[in-house]
Amino acid sequence: MKAFSQLLEKLYYEPATSAKERLLLDYFATTPDPDRGFAVAIIGGSLSLPNFKRGMVLDLIRARVDPQLLAMSHDYVGELSETVAHLWPTPAIPPNDPELPPLHEVVAGLRHTPKARLPDYVAGLLDRMTSPERWALLKIGAGALRIGVSARLLKQVLAKYGNQPIERIETLWHGVDPPYEALFAWLERRAEAPVVHERLTFTPVMLAHPLEEKDYGLIVPETYVAEWKYDGIRVQCVKSAIGRALFTRTGDDISGSFPDALEHLNFHAVLDGELLVQRGIELGSFNDLQQRLGRKSPSGKLMADYPATMTVYDVLMLEGEDVRPLPYESRRELLQGALHKYQPVGISLSPQIPWHEFSQLEEARASVDNLSVIEGLMLKRRDSAYVAGRPTGPWYKWKINPKLVDAVLMYAQRGSGRRSSFYSDFTFGLWRDGELLPIGKAYFGFTDAELVELDKWVRHHTLKTFGPVREVRKELVFEVAFDAVHRSTRHKSGYALRFPRISRIRWDKPASEADHLTALERLMG
Amino acid sequence: MHPRDWIEVRPHGVYCKVGDFYIDPMQPVERAVVTHGHADHARAGHGHVWATEATLAIMRARYGETHYLMTENPLAYGEAIEIGGVRVSLHPAGHILGSAQARLEHAGASIVFSGDYKRRPDPTCAPFEPVPCDVFVTEATFALPVFRHPPLEDEIARLLISLAQFPERCHLIGVYALGKCQGMIRALRAAGYGETIYLHGAMQKLCELYESFGIALGTLELVTPENARTLAGKIVLCPPSALQDRWSRKLPDVLTAAASGWMRIRARARQKGVELPLVVSDHADWDELTQTLVDVGAPEVWVTHGRDDALVYYAQQHGFKAQALHLLGYEDDSE
Repeated sequence: MKAFSQLLEKLYYEPATSAKERLLLDYFATTPDPDRGFAVAIIGGSLSLPNFKRGMVLDLIRARVDPQLLAMSHDYVGELSETVAHLWPTPAIPPNDPELPPLHEVVAGLRHTPKARLPDYVAGLLDRMTSPERWALLKIGAGALRIGVSARLLKQVLAKYGNQPIERIETLWHGVDPPYEALFAWLERRAEAPVVHERLTFTPVMLAHPLEEKDYGLIVPETYVAEWKYDGIRVQCVKSAIGRALFTRTGDDISGSFPDALEHLNFHAVLDGELLVQRGIELGSFNDLQQRLGRKSPSGKLMADYPATMTVYDVLMLEGEDVRPLPYESRRELLQGALHKYQPVGISLSPQIPWHEFSQLEEARASVDNLSVIEGLMLKRRDSAYVAGRPTGPWYKWKINPKLVDAVLMYAQRGSGRRSSFYSDFTFGLWRDGELLPIGKAYFGFTDAELVELDKWVRHHTLKTFGPVREVRKELVFEVAFDAVHRSTRHKSGYALRFPRISRIRWDKPASEADHLTALERLMG
Repeated sequence: MHPRDWIEVRPHGVYCKVGDFYIDPMQPVERAVVTHGHADHARAGHGHVWATEATLAIMRARYGETHYLMTENPLAYGEAIEIGGVRVSLHPAGHILGSAQARLEHAGASIVFSGDYKRRPDPTCAPFEPVPCDVFVTEATFALPVFRHPPLEDEIARLLISLAQFPERCHLIGVYALGKCQGMIRALRAAGYGETIYLHGAMQKLCELYESFGIALGTLELVTPENARTLAGKIVLCPPSALQDRWSRKLPDVLTAAASGWMRIRARARQKGVELPLVVSDHADWDELTQTLVDVGAPEVWVTHGRDDALVYYAQQHGFKAQALHLLGYEDDSE
């Protein structure tokens, strides 16, 4: 546990990816099984600890620290794990065994201790730990490390460790379990590669580059076909002899959240497509899809009201054969044939948009309705093989232009994580009858220098403070970009924005010249 | 007479109405009592200045021989004088060389301004002395229970381990030029580090001043364009502002460290691009602040710059009469 805590600490503070790689390689080389495998599982986010809940941590700290001081500390630090790590008091009676157990014992303890006894087990560990060790333990429990090591980077390091291509790691990844002893044995050439064919595995997906104006000339009808770009959830649907599974584009298994979508697939295949919900005979909007997002086990009523469907656009495996090396057009024919043969309910083929002049694509893109589930066009090379990652050229995405309004900053809130000491979370509004009504909230889109300047501005223009929120003078204008606007009864303004972000700070523009609420009505299109 | 009737907060800082003088004023004033030499407490251009001999020496080193317009008046710790009918004395605060608390007494009531202080032993200055009084005015820079500074020796050990682990990297440490710099050097010497320590030019004058007060710092050398490239595996001290400055680019394979109480908060360390955060502070941490309220034993506590809300709350919970004294202008980050 000590070595792992030191690793997390170093990874957290190390800004360079190459140095993070070195730290991980050193750790793998010097740490025995099964500790290193559990470290991989923790960093890669594939260890589930269902009983380790935020509420449990809160109860533990509330029993030890004055609630007001806890609240002030949490507000200042901005993150619960770190707050608790710092606040945890030294126990009055020193623990019997001051040594910390190895990581695999801690993991076993967190997994197998009965729920009722888990708080005592965790408290017993925290009593024996330094503040950085407590932070590591609480981050393991919270499940989100935020140490700047992506699942992708982790796989790259494993590939480097065993001198294997990354694709092999990615293919094996969803077929092996923590603590990955078989994987390490293979990487260290002590054993053959783990056998994974009898499992439902995720196949890395192909991604598109945004189409830039300089590349418009490449897009000719002999080479590229056009499809709509959907604003749902990119999914990979798998069926084999042993069952079905639904993965996100990053390989997370979401079968449990969308059992209705999954059961539609009635032939052995790996399909690439978009998960959407149906409203009557129409496709639902993103707003409708949101009713289903984040529900780990949806109720029957929810599934009846918002049934999940799939619009598929590619096939990777068909009836046991890897078809990825075939050109796009051949894969599409195979997909069309299979859908025709098996007639699955709730799975439809993404239609192609006929075109012979570039201007027709521009028209199609301009025609996208504000409220639909389409957010632009996809352009795919007819001869392109299905390649994992984001190769340049074979696939382009061409999203619709964002809509813009000039809104006035109303409230600012401190961010979390890296931005915990900055006011970096902003609520803005538009005018109606001389009064500002809030229309949305956004965080990102600033350089660090702008963030500092904005933070200063907020501190010097505060009218009132409500905990972490400050109401500011209505004097600063933001140019706000968003993908769509729809009516909402939940907001006082009557509108809700889809994916709002602050595109520019208009230091130059007086607040009185910001937009009126009627501007949104015009953008509803 | 209760101090609230003869002390007030003005835009320039805390003002004693009866004696017509300020304590640590932010702007030039007629009469100023200065607790210590940090720039946000000691400004140039006052008419008459009262401070310890060391603080006056620091002000002269920073602002020149004529940092005052009329007189400068050195006060020994414990020595009392009268300013406009108010009895004023200075007492050790343990913050940096020359740092003092200011005790004011008038019409049977006394008030002590702590200035900045810490309670841990520091070989570069006299230790904090609890001074009995009716009202204790305390700083609150680290007044949240998340701030518990680890033992200095542990942080120095971490630095030395890193130096052994990465002998090819120049360890560049951001430290406040006055106090923290000399405190770190003394702590490194105490841990047995005998090698030359390299300095950014901004540190030189103050290190010489500390040595002139009998605080030995060992072999120090300035970083120059000639020696910069040879400093792999060495310790270099610079002001925090120079860490990400062009100045540091000529140093070989820099490992960025910073020594400050703020380094306890991860996001803050990462925001500043610090790879090796060292939690070393010249301010009292939460445990020291709360212990000091007990040690001083004043029935009434006023809390100045920092996280005053938590300390006021704590003091009230523990039977003190407490309120925040809202002072603007003292820097959060000045350490």
